[in-house]
Amino acid sequence: MNIANRISSSLRDPRYYQIAVLSTLLIYGITVLDFGIHWQNALLIVATALVVQFAATIVTQLPRFDPLSPLITSLSLTLLLRTDMAKIAVLAASMAIGSKFLLRFRGKHIFNPANFALVALMLVSDHAWVSSGQWGSAAIGAFALACMGFLVLTRAKRAETTIAFILLYAALLFGRAIWLEDPFSIPLHQLQNGALLIFAFFMISDPKTTPNTGLGRVLYAGLVAGVAYTIQFIYYQPNGPILALIMCAPVVPMIDTLLHGRMYRWEQAADHKIGQIKGVF
Amino acid sequence: MRIIATVVAAALTVAIATTAQAFCGFYVARADTSLFNKASQVVLVRDENRTVITMANDFEGEVQDFAVVIPVPTLIEREQINVGDRAIVEHLDAYTAPRLVEYHDPDPCMRYERFKSSQDSAFPQAAMQESEIKAARSMGVTIEASYTVGEYDILILSAKESGGLIRWLQENDYKLPRGAAKVVDSYLKQDMHFFVAKVNLEEQSKLGYQYLRPLQVAYESNKFMLPIRLGTLNAKGKQELYVYALTRSGRVETTNYRTVKLPSDTEVPEFVQSEFSDFYRAMFDKQVQTENERAVFLEYAWDMGWCDPCAADPLSTQELRKLGVFWVGGAAGRSSVAPGQAQNVFVTRLHVRYDSEHFPEDLVFQETGDRQNYQGRYVIRHPWKGEASCDISSYQAEVRKRQEREAQTLANLTGWDVDDIRRKIPFPDDDSLPPKDPWWKRIWS
Repeated sequence: MNIANRISSSLRDPRYYQIAVLSTLLIYGITVLDFGIHWQNALLIVATALVVQFAATIVTQLPRFDPLSPLITSLSLTLLLRTDMAKIAVLAASMAIGSKFLLRFRGKHIFNPANFALVALMLVSDHAWVSSGQWGSAAIGAFALACMGFLVLTRAKRAETTIAFILLYAALLFGRAIWLEDPFSIPLHQLQNGALLIFAFFMISDPKTTPNTGLGRVLYAGLVAGVAYTIQFIYYQPNGPILALIMCAPVVPMIDTLLHGRMYRWEQAADHKIGQIKGVF
Repeated sequence: MRIIATVVAAALTVAIATTAQAFCGFYVARADTSLFNKASQVVLVRDENRTVITMANDFEGEVQDFAVVIPVPTLIEREQINVGDRAIVEHLDAYTAPRLVEYHDPDPCMRYERFKSSQDSAFPQAAMQESEIKAARSMGVTIEASYTVGEYDILILSAKESGGLIRWLQENDYKLPRGAAKVVDSYLKQDMHFFVAKVNLEEQSKLGYQYLRPLQVAYESNKFMLPIRLGTLNAKGKQELYVYALTRSGRVETTNYRTVKLPSDTEVPEFVQSEFSDFYRAMFDKQVQTENERAVFLEYAWDMGWCDPCAADPLSTQELRKLGVFWVGGAAGRSSVAPGQAQNVFVTRLHVRYDSEHFPEDLVFQETGDRQNYQGRYVIRHPWKGEASCDISSYQAEVRKRQEREAQTLANLTGWDVDDIRRKIPFPDDDSLPPKDPWWKRIWS
């Protein structure tokens, strides 16, 4: 009974949903969409991320090895990073997990690990890029992705970052269309972008690298949306949201200082349940 | 330096010959852009924020009726516009075109015969009046400059709002499609500039060209895009566009539409050789439908230094420079690299069929680091037709199986009826095949 309870309560950890959704997307991407992911690179990224996490767990003397976070990071990375070199894939996974342990401030890591590795590699190498258009923009596909992502987030109970980002980014795109007197088919087309949805549902939503309070997270999402828009539509550079997230990440400690809040722990929902059960026993 | 370059090139050739034995068919046909009506071709040379665009049009009316209004991301000066050479664009088209290669089955009775191949890679080898300027100004349009380049009169315009520009264009007898004002307005707000090119008949007769040469513009801008929205307004139905991107690092793809590789390296029946154009058109139509008419198709991605099999020789350094590839060649004396040598140029050929419904937004591109070669390549394999000096019934059974497979593939690729396809395939005579046993005889034997 005790074991069954523990299993069922640990399954409440929203990361299981995230892993399931990301894996489904990855398999769909490789088998149906053929969007240029080498499955060998996908395997390398996942394996490297787990190995680096394991090594770092030992070096930093963490109480236990947690495979869930590196799995999510490596799946996000696999979905967004395109490379023709296996060593870039390995480097990406190492940098992503390494950044979690090395780039820290007041007990939180500063950058979303996958975001950090993507941007760092895109800046230093011609062999790393993001194919944001490869998901296609069929409305139905976007809707399905959004629903799945939303499910993940409602379990994570931190959906405000994603919702605020999407609403504000969409408002900017529609505002631009109104100003330019463009048909609304243009901003709608810009929003039906798989990479944008993955970013909104799986990257910016990372509770470990967003502010600790709800208001802070909404402010932060607004800032990222504004910077992303500026990069994409004023400086005409691709990958606006991904670049915006890394540029805005250092603002998180400032927001946390101004608005005090509790730090997020992935296990807290599960722990809470376990606590109640313990009380019964 | 020269010697080292030659050795490197020779080493490259050897490496290719060793690793690419499977490609030793020879080129027999290509599907160039003339297959499709209303096709326009654009060459985009891009490195960092520098772009050189070459626009070749297929205008077939009276040249005095020809005029184009072209949006460009920056204000441009006289030296940034040039008139290019149509033959070079045609060469680039031929070099990157999807190709059909053929193989001949060896004599099935010869056990150690080596496959020989040959490769056919031979490619036949205005000045404005002051009153007009004032009239323009009164409409809020500034004619920044006007000059004659080759057979074109070029006017560079800047305007604060579309109304004036549209009125000016209409008063100067430019026919504008419905809805143009809104699109022009949108471009103006995005800091785009316009230039107008029309044919100067006097200059054209002096130069003696029977056709319109492509216009070229060089500019610096972060925008790596192609404005297609004006084009969708006046088009009757869908338009075909070919984009040839020449870059330093790798393949180019669209960031706001899906870029899809066309099916390639497939074996098709022998008769496709005489119907290659029909085959390619049908296959392209089918793929466009499969992608819900919303994809950009990759037809070729290759290092400009070589090809295998070659539909045409790679472009020479001189040709590349004329297209605006500013990082090759350099000083005049050093610009004589022969085809086949590494040139640090990667070519991507994209083919898109678009209309405003399925392509509401301009095409936005990005350069990737992907240098993996890709080509549209279709294979026909001719069965052995010589005198047989042994029992070839099992070989013929193999051929029959292969032909059936090819028929299915072709039906899948084109949507053609598989029975119609089968009728065109010369299957080996049934008499020569081993007699077929009833199926039950094979159960327990």
